[in-house]
Formats: sequence, structure tokens, C-alpha cells
Amino acid sequence: MCLAIPGRVISIEGMTGIIDLGGVKRKTYLQLVPEVKAGDYVLVHAGFAIQVIEEEEAKATLELLDEYFRSEETRAEESR
Amino acid sequence: MNNLAQFRNKNHVKILVKKLHSNYPGGTLKLMEVCGTHTMAIARYGLRGLMPDGLKLISGPGCPVCVTPASIINASIKLSELPGTVIITFGDMMRVQGTHVTGTRVTGTHVPWSEKTLEIRKAEGADVRIIYSVLDMLEMAREEKNKNFVFISIGFETTTPGIAISIIEAKKIGLKNVFFLTANRLIVPAMHALCRAADIQIHGFLCPGHVSVIIGYDAYREIADQYSIPCVVAGFEPVDILLAIDDIIERISKKSAGVGNAYGRVVTERGNTQAMDIMHQVFKPVRAEWRGIGSIPNSGLDLRDEYTHFDALKKFNIKLVSQPEPKGCKCGDVLRGVIIPPECGLFSKTCTPETPVGPCMVSTEGSCAAYYKYGVGAE
Ligand code: SF4
Repeated sequence: MCLAIPGRVISIEGMTGIIDLGGVKRKTYLQLVPEVKAGDYVLVHAGFAIQVIEEEEAKATLELLDEYFRSEETRAEESR
Repeated sequence: MNNLAQFRNKNHVKILVKKLHSNYPGGTLKLMEVCGTHTMAIARYGLRGLMPDGLKLISGPGCPVCVTPASIINASIKLSELPGTVIITFGDMMRVQGTHVTGTRVTGTHVPWSEKTLEIRKAEGADVRIIYSVLDMLEMAREEKNKNFVFISIGFETTTPGIAISIIEAKKIGLKNVFFLTANRLIVPAMHALCRAADIQIHGFLCPGHVSVIIGYDAYREIADQYSIPCVVAGFEPVDILLAIDDIIERISKKSAGVGNAYGRVVTERGNTQAMDIMHQVFKPVRAEWRGIGSIPNSGLDLRDEYTHFDALKKFNIKLVSQPEPKGCKCGDVLRGVIIPPECGLFSKTCTPETPVGPCMVSTEGSCAAYYKYGVGAE
């Protein structure tokens, strides 16, 4: 029940926004993320955006992960 | 943002599983997840089968539908019988029974109210509506002023701030025909209760990803510090979950519990503090009952004084009456991780998703439903 999915904010009007959730456009309430701007990615749960996804941070996490897997792969190859 | 493939990458899964096997300190370790979405993900991706010998992944009370007491279900059935009343609910609640007296139901015959579900009430003609977002109820209530709307308010911290917003909004616009049957629960107090229980030993917690978006990973520090049990937040893809398990095992091996965050792309240390503030503005923590587990201090939420006129129980003068669980159903033990579903005598015999006996089989996120759907072979 705590499922939440990421989507991109297309437009904002007052406290509601239209969010693109993987191609499906949905009205979403924005009261829990008042700082949100059009173009941001947000996490949506039960019709509410519950968090703005900091793209820079998300990217950094992914890069770290990438690096981690690359080094693990090299290690695995070396120990072969 | 379409990088999810990385988190399902088979090669990455292989690397992590290998690492886990080589780092595993041996012996029996039990890691508990307290999130229904994790329960489903672990079963779906067959992660149990990839664990080293001795490492057990057990499920805790992470499914909001499963932990909602029968007394709340019974109250919602009663409310649905009041003339001019519309019951508004999340879809998952439709098939949960209050108390089941006999264990078999003969369809087409009269069913005593305590055995009824909202689904049965709807078939009987009651006005029961499923919604996606609780704010939608306010729009209905504005249009249908001659009816009373009651929202069956369940869920953990992921869901509750949105409900709080709706209550604030209802007050602001002065709606007189919306009410809330509140049964929201807080996850950290439940973890305390599990850590204190004498009959289960938990060595690590896989903490719920989307609850943590709101409460932040620092919320688990009290658990980690008080009981020396590592707490690591996990996302919902196989790589997310394995990274978290790896982290927990490393912490156990090093004998330094602490908290970790393996879901950094959306979870921060403090979470969404605005959402927490809004939740606390409307609700105050109270002792509350968890289905099958019992009463846990500070684990439930009651409306604060300035919002009590939205309380459905007060408005319609309904008392919550504790109910014994269906005969033979071991949901309480399943929800506390004491047994796994196949160890319940009714599992897949009289209790299946088509004819569920307990809530853990009703909810799509219940442990019993997960074991039934994805097979015991996952163990
Ligand atoms: S299988 Fe699960 S839901 Fe069904 S009776 Fe047993 S414990 Fe209860």
C-alpha cells in the first residue's frame, strides 16, 4: 500500500499539478512538496507528491553505484 | 529518471549475491522487512532462494491492511448500514472481514454482519466507493451535500500526511459532511514492540523505502542504538534490496549496528519534514491495537482536539469492540515474524486468496498472499 512511483511535473496550478507518470497524465496534489517546480521529478503516492527527487543527487547515487559495480566486476575478473 | 533497469540488472544481482555469500558470517540470522511492498518484491524476485544458508528473510507487520484491527472493519461495516452514508476507502480494504465466526462462508445465504466485508456491503446496495486519493472525497462531499461521507483512514507515514491535508482542507472549506474512521499507524513504535518481544529474535531490519521518504532514515537510529540492531532503508528493486541486505550483514559482522540508507535516490536523513509537520498538526500519537499483535504504545494516531468533529466514531456514536481472530488463523504470528505462512495449518487448505480466512491472505501485500502467489519454493 505504500507504493509510490516517480513522475515528471508537467504543469502546476495552485496546489495541484499534472504529472506524467510513465506516459499517463494524472492530477496530483502538491501540498507536501510546496517547493516543487514544473519539470521536476516527484515521487507520487495516493494522489500526493510526497518528495521532490533531487536529480543531481539521484544521478550521483547512480554514478556511485555504477562505479561500485565496475570495480566489483574488475575484481571478479582479476581473481579468476 | 529511467534508470530502473540498472536496479534489475541480472549481472549486478549476481555480483551482490556473490558478495553476500562470501561476507556471510555463518550461523542463523533473521532479517525482517516491515513493508508489504518489500514482502511482495522479495517473493516476486525469488530473493529468499538466493540467500546464504542460515540467512532468513522474515516479514513483519508492514501491510497496513493486515494490521488494521477487526474492530475497525466491523465499525466500517456498521457505518455502511447507516442511511445516507457513503463509505470511502482504498481498494485493498474491500475484501477484509471483520471477525469470521465459522471459517466457511456459504455464498448466497445470509451472512452475519461481523463476517461481512465492504465488498459484500456494496453488493447488498450500500454506497461504498473506492478512491485513489482522499482529497477526491472532498469534491464528492461538496457535490452531494445530502450525504455523509466516511473515509476509512488507514496507512503508515507514507499515506497519513495526505490524509492530514484533506482534514485541514475540509476544515478550511467548512465541510460538515465528511468524517474519518482513523486507524493510521506508525512504524517505529511497532519495531520497538517487536524488539522487546521475547519470542522472536531479529538481527537486522530492512526498513521501508517509502515510509522513510517521509520519516527519514534517522528515525531508525533509536532502534539501532537501543537494541544494537542494524536498520537499513531499502528501495524496491532487487539490486536495492540486496544492497541493503549486504549493508546489514556487514554491520552485523563488524558489530556496529547503526542506520544505513540504500535508497539514497529518494530517502534523506530527515525525510520530508513538511509532511511530518502536517501529520503532527492534525494527529497525536496514542496507544493503538494492531491486528494479531495487540496494543502498542504511541503507535496509532488520533485527531487532535481542533479536529475531533471529523471523528466518525464520535459523530455516529460507535464503539470499537476488540474481536478474537478467526479460528485457526495465525496472522498474529505471521505479522510478528514468529512463523512463516506455510506453518499455519490453514495455509492453502481452507485459506487461499479466493477464500481468505485472515487479512494476511486478503491483502495483495499480505505475507500469506505473497507465499501463496509466488510459491513456498521461494523459502
Ligand atoms: S494462511 Fe495466513 S491468513 Fe490464512 S489463516 Fe493462516 S495465517 Fe491466517
